[in-house]
Amino acid sequence: MKKLIVLSIVSLLISGAFAQETGKKLPQVSVKTLKGTTINTAELSNDGKPIILSFWALWCKPCINELTTIGDVYPDWVEETGVKLIAVSIDDARSSSKVAPTVSGKGWEYDILLDVNGDFKRAMNVNMIPHTFLINGDGEIVWQHTSFSEGSELELIEMVRKLNRGEAIK
Amino acid sequence: MRHIQQGAIVFFMFFCFIYLPEVQAQGFLDGGKVSGNFQLDAQIYQADSAIGANEVAEKMLMNSFANLLYTQGNFSAGLRFETYLNPLQGYDPLYKGSGVPYWFGAWRNEQFEITVGHFYEQFGSGMVLRAYEERNLGFDNAFEGAKVVFKPIDAITLKGLIGKQRYFWEKGPGLVRGIDGDLSINDLFKPELNLKTRLTLGGSFVSKYESAEDIIVNDTSLLHLPENVSSWAARANINRGGFNIYGEYTRKINDPSSFNKFIYKDGESLLVQTSYATKGLGVMASAKRTDNMSFKSKRTETGSTLDINYLPALTRQHAYSLSAMYPYATQPNGEMAIQGQVNYKIPRGSKIGGKYGTDIAVNFSRVTSIEKEVAEGESAIGVSGTKGYTSQFFAFGDELYFQDLNIEVQRKFNQKYKVLLSYIFMKYNIDVIENHPGEPLVEAHILIADMTYRYDSKNALKLELQHMSTKQDKGNWVQYMMEYTIAPRWFFNFSDQYNYGNDNKEDRFHYPTIAMGYTQGSNRLSVSYGKQRKGILCVGGVCRTVPAASGLTVTITSSF
Repeated sequence: MKKLIVLSIVSLLISGAFAQETGKKLPQVSVKTLKGTTINTAELSNDGKPIILSFWALWCKPCINELTTIGDVYPDWVEETGVKLIAVSIDDARSSSKVAPTVSGKGWEYDILLDVNGDFKRAMNVNMIPHTFLINGDGEIVWQHTSFSEGSELELIEMVRKLNRGEAIK
Repeated sequence: MRHIQQGAIVFFMFFCFIYLPEVQAQGFLDGGKVSGNFQLDAQIYQADSAIGANEVAEKMLMNSFANLLYTQGNFSAGLRFETYLNPLQGYDPLYKGSGVPYWFGAWRNEQFEITVGHFYEQFGSGMVLRAYEERNLGFDNAFEGAKVVFKPIDAITLKGLIGKQRYFWEKGPGLVRGIDGDLSINDLFKPELNLKTRLTLGGSFVSKYESAEDIIVNDTSLLHLPENVSSWAARANINRGGFNIYGEYTRKINDPSSFNKFIYKDGESLLVQTSYATKGLGVMASAKRTDNMSFKSKRTETGSTLDINYLPALTRQHAYSLSAMYPYATQPNGEMAIQGQVNYKIPRGSKIGGKYGTDIAVNFSRVTSIEKEVAEGESAIGVSGTKGYTSQFFAFGDELYFQDLNIEVQRKFNQKYKVLLSYIFMKYNIDVIENHPGEPLVEAHILIADMTYRYDSKNALKLELQHMSTKQDKGNWVQYMMEYTIAPRWFFNFSDQYNYGNDNKEDRFHYPTIAMGYTQGSNRLSVSYGKQRKGILCVGGVCRTVPAASGLTVTITSSF
């Protein structure tokens, strides 16, 4: 019985792999906002402009480093490209209540989502954080990157600019 | 029967590989998407008797997994292949082997979301139910069964599930049934008013069934065990502007288990978290009481498996090696905990704040035992087969489990140079937390300096200095780490931990490690060579003990 189920999923995967033509869209997962409301991740949008989706957690040093580094230039990025950064915290119930105070205390102006049980993380195939995605105006995932080192943010904004110019992203 | 099954499999394979492409061509599965990820950790071990790294007979061990996910509109299906040949040191040997322990099919529409197979879930803050995975720690208590989420109207979300939990390559014996409801008062009455104050209420009921067994305590008495153990929780969240308060109360009826030494007392837990956030300032205060709340789907289980619930620790999770040397995890049998935190940004461009501002964070937490008294008609506290004890709800016990005061200051001086300084004063009850009977409370002072210098837009050097001073346990430690990065692809790293203050001069070991890594998009390869200290490794709120090890480690991750 188990073999049968696994086989059927494998066959779907094979058929899906051949059917891939357009870009992958954001999956439908329920996450919370800092106000305690639930939203469906498939409905995330930025009025046709690009979105940066960054998975992070309070215990992840490179994640904090990435968001702090981008935080310094974020107002310029928004002004120049219209991009929106959505920072998805995967902190669980232990630290999720510290997310809002920390974000405010660091002066970050990002949209914040709470993915307390890793459902969104799983649906996006995130193994390690920081893991950053770039989503185009049509809601398609066009680029992704794991880890952060000083200067990686320049590659990221360059990708956003390319996207705005309508150039292909690899 | 077996023939029928085999016949079905053959027919199904035929359907899958011959017929399906046809169906697909007609549009049935048009637009299906496949995504996935992969991770491999391999370690080649060297024996190092000095630091306590044992000889590994296989010389090399490996953990690996791959997730594959198929989505097509409202339908999704996925599976995970896992292989442990053989499990890395520090992972439970019961993981040995390969297989597909996780697969599911799910579909949803406006009102329903149905999942069959394996799934993860959390009710409220998880204190009555949380199925969760943390692959890097080998933690996985997924359910196998069915789950339904129903949203009759926008304001209401109802969840129901039934399943058995993963136990390595098998399932635990207990059957878990749970329902949960979430009600948004604003959406129920006046969604159009868009009131500033938002109120959300929720409640859960979870029941575990496990058939009775013969368990004898105190050498003579055969216990009469409850086969059905129920628990419930009620929660509320109020939000107004930057202010938020969350409260959840949980109760569980008698659930004698190996973990609570077979006492028949009810369990309970209360968690209250408040926070206030405004631009440049964040304040958080929280409190928790936990009493006899270990909840597992096998009553004789004592390890970190088959947990039905999750009891979040109200302490900061530290990220630097020395500050993470003494991590705290909730004591499910009973604890009182408080925590407070203030985050403040000295504004950009101010005299003290500097051009980019300065971030300050202060965090304090304290956890003690609960107060316990002998129950009526009993002779002592915690006797197996009795009600155990009585306890006053709001009283703090005399025994300190953990205390942590930490201050962190972070400042960027200019485009090139930034610094983080941190001081931590920690008290750690190693006797209770790590079960080292008789060892004194560890009092540790930790200083951390983390400096980054950017040469240009790609090259940067990071220097980390850490020092811990303590008179207990293994004495003083120092650690330094140098990391050179070439964005966005390369990193090179050298670090050494040195236990220079160990009372035993022959145990003053160095733990040097050299590492490098290459990242290309979402693919990453890293290689490290060196020594690893025996200790507790925590990721995302879950911890596991890792043995001392020496050797070469290779990690590959990839997502697509």
